[in-house]
Amino acid sequence: MANRRATPRLAVWKFASCDGCQLTLLDCEDEFLGLAGAVEIAYFPEATRGQLRGRYDLSLVEGSITTPHDAERIREVRRRSAHLVTIGACATAGGIQGLRNFADVREYAAVVYARPDYIATLATSTPIADHVSVDFELRGCPIAKHQLLEVITAFLAGRRPVTPAHSVCLDCKLRGNVCVMVAHGTPCLGPVTHAGCGALCPAYHRGCYGCYGPQETPNTVSLDPALEALGMDARDRRRVYRTFNAGAPAFREESDRHDP
Amino acid sequence: MTRKTIKVGYLARVEGEGSFSVVVRGGKVRSAELSIFEPPRFFEALLRGRDFAEAPDITARICGICPVAYQMSAVHAMENALGVTVDGPLRELRRLLYCGEWIESHALHIYLLHAPDFLGYAGAIDMARDHGEAVRRGLALKKAGNDIMTLLGGREIHPINVRVGGFYCVPRRRELAGLAETLKRARELAAETLDWVAGFDFPDRERDYTFVALAHPEEYPFNQGRIASSRGLDIAADQYEAHFVEHQVARSTALQSRLVDGTSYLVGPLARYALNFDRLPSAVQQAAREAGLGPVCRNPFQSIVVRAVEVLFACDEALRLIDAYQEPERPAVAVTPCAGIGHGATEAPRGLLYHRYRLAADGTIAEARIVPPTSQNQASIEADLAEYVEGFLGLPDDELRHRCEQTVRNYDPCISCATHFLRLELDRD
Repeated sequence: MANRRATPRLAVWKFASCDGCQLTLLDCEDEFLGLAGAVEIAYFPEATRGQLRGRYDLSLVEGSITTPHDAERIREVRRRSAHLVTIGACATAGGIQGLRNFADVREYAAVVYARPDYIATLATSTPIADHVSVDFELRGCPIAKHQLLEVITAFLAGRRPVTPAHSVCLDCKLRGNVCVMVAHGTPCLGPVTHAGCGALCPAYHRGCYGCYGPQETPNTVSLDPALEALGMDARDRRRVYRTFNAGAPAFREESDRHDP
Repeated sequence: MTRKTIKVGYLARVEGEGSFSVVVRGGKVRSAELSIFEPPRFFEALLRGRDFAEAPDITARICGICPVAYQMSAVHAMENALGVTVDGPLRELRRLLYCGEWIESHALHIYLLHAPDFLGYAGAIDMARDHGEAVRRGLALKKAGNDIMTLLGGREIHPINVRVGGFYCVPRRRELAGLAETLKRARELAAETLDWVAGFDFPDRERDYTFVALAHPEEYPFNQGRIASSRGLDIAADQYEAHFVEHQVARSTALQSRLVDGTSYLVGPLARYALNFDRLPSAVQQAAREAGLGPVCRNPFQSIVVRAVEVLFACDEALRLIDAYQEPERPAVAVTPCAGIGHGATEAPRGLLYHRYRLAADGTIAEARIVPPTSQNQASIEADLAEYVEGFLGLPDDELRHRCEQTVRNYDPCISCATHFLRLELDRD
């Protein structure tokens, strides 16, 4: 590229979200100043009022698309970004606010607001990749710090990030956790959930609840009888897949199977 | 006469999306409005039909900056509905977890969001070029708060270990020993922080706030206490809705909260401090006095000093809790679902956070109501903005805009919480 800059320009964008995934960048306390030296933080309103206009080499996008205005704005972000990475379950699967996709958003607005007519919102909450092309998706609710650093490091090195797509189950074995399902009879989504958290919940004697969404090839149908045998009725099995990654196709299909 | 409008894309260094507009006519501020256009996410609607036990994990996702606050208000409201009391070491562990969130959130605001305003930088990264040691100190302090949340909660953002009735897993005493060493160092950093911010230049400005916070007879409040105000209010959490009302305004996806008489009020560090000063340990009171604070602080700019006092307190309190910790027999109290209504009010870093749930007999959530701190402060922020801007109308637009932004940042608004960032529209004739 003729006018390639020496220091890549980083931008951080927010759509419908809780701010937690971009906070992960500020939570890299030991690496933050080093990172700020390796990239030019050109747009990151949560951290600085300084703004550089123009094009960005790497855009990190948090949040889902839930308003007509945001559906336009993401196109502009894409147009100005050489490389676009979505971070977190809202951006990659629509987030918890994606539960509206299974309901009537007008009814939702009426529950929360006395004047729902003041509220401009779309009927659905959709991932960024439904609107523009995405170069890489980083999973998690929230994303993991080490994986975010891997994504940025890989970008700077010009390679693909290494973020394993196997299940939480495998990470549990690597961590040496006792299987909560086998040993304690605790229902667990570990067998079908994307790795990344480090098998956190089982390490705390809790069943995985699916923050990282479906693994590459999840066999939810095969897990189902085991969840049922551990006392989860159809409603529980529907709800457990309808959380932060409810819009991820594998989880959506499995939850739909348990619709009344 | 030319009419002038200034627009700013985003008010920076706050959490979430919004704007504010100031309309000036004939040298007078006609209106100052904080608009919040953070896209609505409809939590109160999507919680219906969920199991009571899911509330702490789902409501944590309202805010990545203060997930513990949402988890705490949710579990207390549920326990209130289900007639369960969590006390002893489990209660103390909840306080310890909250100490972690206060330290993390306040250190973030003090160093990365607020201090650049006082020292004249766009953000902490620019500030680090000249004040590298201070920024590194802030990051180390912030990390100590995150260390508490990671150990006790499993991770910093959206902890996984909180449940109705207690925790999934409780730490062993020896696991907390390493954390105590980190916190002793953090306590020193917190004392240095207080010295540092106390030396900033503060505009001489006082506001006649009605402060609202939890007040507890023995403790500086986190999870428990009555809802009190500086004008004599003293109620239990279940009376909240009889005394506070939410209004919707066309320009905002956040609901604005006021007292029933229509007046605005303030929650957060200034309010907590004013209503609970004598419950601070004497060493912390002494440190606050040495930093130039009296028992009440009404200067919004000095909120940074009060946050630093609270960080110092949270370090001391965490150390006390760790020292006194006795491993509980069980990680959680058993809960049985039943029909009922439960209220919970706890002190998020930004102030009072109220939750109410109505449960069906099988523990399904039938109705949910959540009032975050920033919705409650919105009216006070607007009133402050209107009054403050009027004093500086002679300034060029850029500088005036910067001062407006600072005024808003004094309140550490969390717009993700209130749904509910900031664009400045300055309209003057």
